[in-house]
Amino acid sequence: MCIAAPGRVIRLFQREGLEMGEVDFGGIAREVCLAHVPGVRAGDHVMVHAGFALEIIDESEVARFQQLWREVLTGGRAGEESP
Amino acid sequence: MNLAPFRDPAIAARLIEETHRVQSRPWVIMETCGGQTHAILRLGLDQLLPRGLELVHGPGCPVCVTPAPLIDHAIALAARPEVILATFGDMMRVPGTASTLFAARAAGGDVRMVYSALDALELAHTNPDREVVFFAIGFETTAPGSAQAVMRARSQGVANFSLLSAHVLVPAAIRYLLEDPGNRVQGYLAAGHACAVLGGQPYEELAARFHVPIVITGFEAIDLLRGILRVVQMLEAGEARVENAYERVVHHEGNLQAQDAIWNVFMSRGREWRGIGLIPASGLTLKPEYSAWNAQLKFGPPAETSTEPGICISGLVLQGLKKPPECPAFGRECTPGHPLGAPMVSAEGACAAYFSYQRMPEGRDDKSPGSEGAA
Repeated sequence: MCIAAPGRVIRLFQREGLEMGEVDFGGIAREVCLAHVPGVRAGDHVMVHAGFALEIIDESEVARFQQLWREVLTGGRAGEESP
Repeated sequence: MNLAPFRDPAIAARLIEETHRVQSRPWVIMETCGGQTHAILRLGLDQLLPRGLELVHGPGCPVCVTPAPLIDHAIALAARPEVILATFGDMMRVPGTASTLFAARAAGGDVRMVYSALDALELAHTNPDREVVFFAIGFETTAPGSAQAVMRARSQGVANFSLLSAHVLVPAAIRYLLEDPGNRVQGYLAAGHACAVLGGQPYEELAARFHVPIVITGFEAIDLLRGILRVVQMLEAGEARVENAYERVVHHEGNLQAQDAIWNVFMSRGREWRGIGLIPASGLTLKPEYSAWNAQLKFGPPAETSTEPGICISGLVLQGLKKPPECPAFGRECTPGHPLGAPMVSAEGACAAYFSYQRMPEGRDDKSPGSEGAA
């Protein structure tokens, strides 16, 4: 039950004072409550669970991970997880 | 969202190779979340890791640990003509003592599946002459949503909405397992999405006190392999820290807004976990100022306690003390179509995972568990 799905915030709106958003999950748009992710902006990716955004996905971490492993796999580094 | 790097076979191969390289002796690691259990078995990661590395499956399936009397209570409420009982779909087929919410609906009860706690609140708005009870299931992942629904019910003066809270907290369960003298788990993969809410902090004290490495881990193949490798590396080095291998989603302090929502509405208390027993401070109940939205107070306490079918060993499975195929009923009397225990029902139950991905007991000639669920 704790599986969350990543989606991209298409737009933000308020419903009776509650921060909501339309979130795109690979082509399917759903309304999601954004009350727990203040500062979220259209275009951000969020992890969504049971209709609520749990957290904004930190895309700089994704880029860092990709860059690091690109270097590892091309032989530049010994491996991120090595002691 | 480009998840390709977290599913990259070349990275997976390197992580697996590194795990084989660093592991010098047998270790037992628990993945605490049922979603992780399913991902590990679906991806076959368990079959790619070193032989001496044993993965055991934890209690992180909230519908599996919801005690039968609480389900019986929900079923009893659903039978009341004025009640609309709303809950997540995962809960519908989980057996109480003698029945399920699906059966209650078939018998005429108004049971609705909802996607979000706010959908349940909306039902109260659109059915002002009915009482909407939201059977609130889940760990700290879903609790903020339930809290938000209750706060809104109060601020909007919605009197025909109440919560039957079955929320539980993961760190309390891990503590309980660590305190068990029979515990054999040496390292933990903490559930990534639960940690997105509460953060890594609740695990710091556990790692230090019980000297166990705990790694916050996500759900993609690379997330899981990174978490496993970091636990093995710390075990080999004799280290016991909390580390975060799910950096793109989890902050060390967690999600403070979600925590505020939880602690504004709920307080912790001891809770029965199905098959395990009473775990101190592991459940969330509504604070007194929200009593008007507490279904237990509104409709009275549940009926008497109940017992599991004698043959089912789900309590031991949920504690990581037994694996599903060790149960004599597994794949025979107990299948997803006819479950005896909750872990065979839930989409995140360990027994359902073993059944679906055909991890049958060694020596059993019925290698194919049948067509059901095995596709």
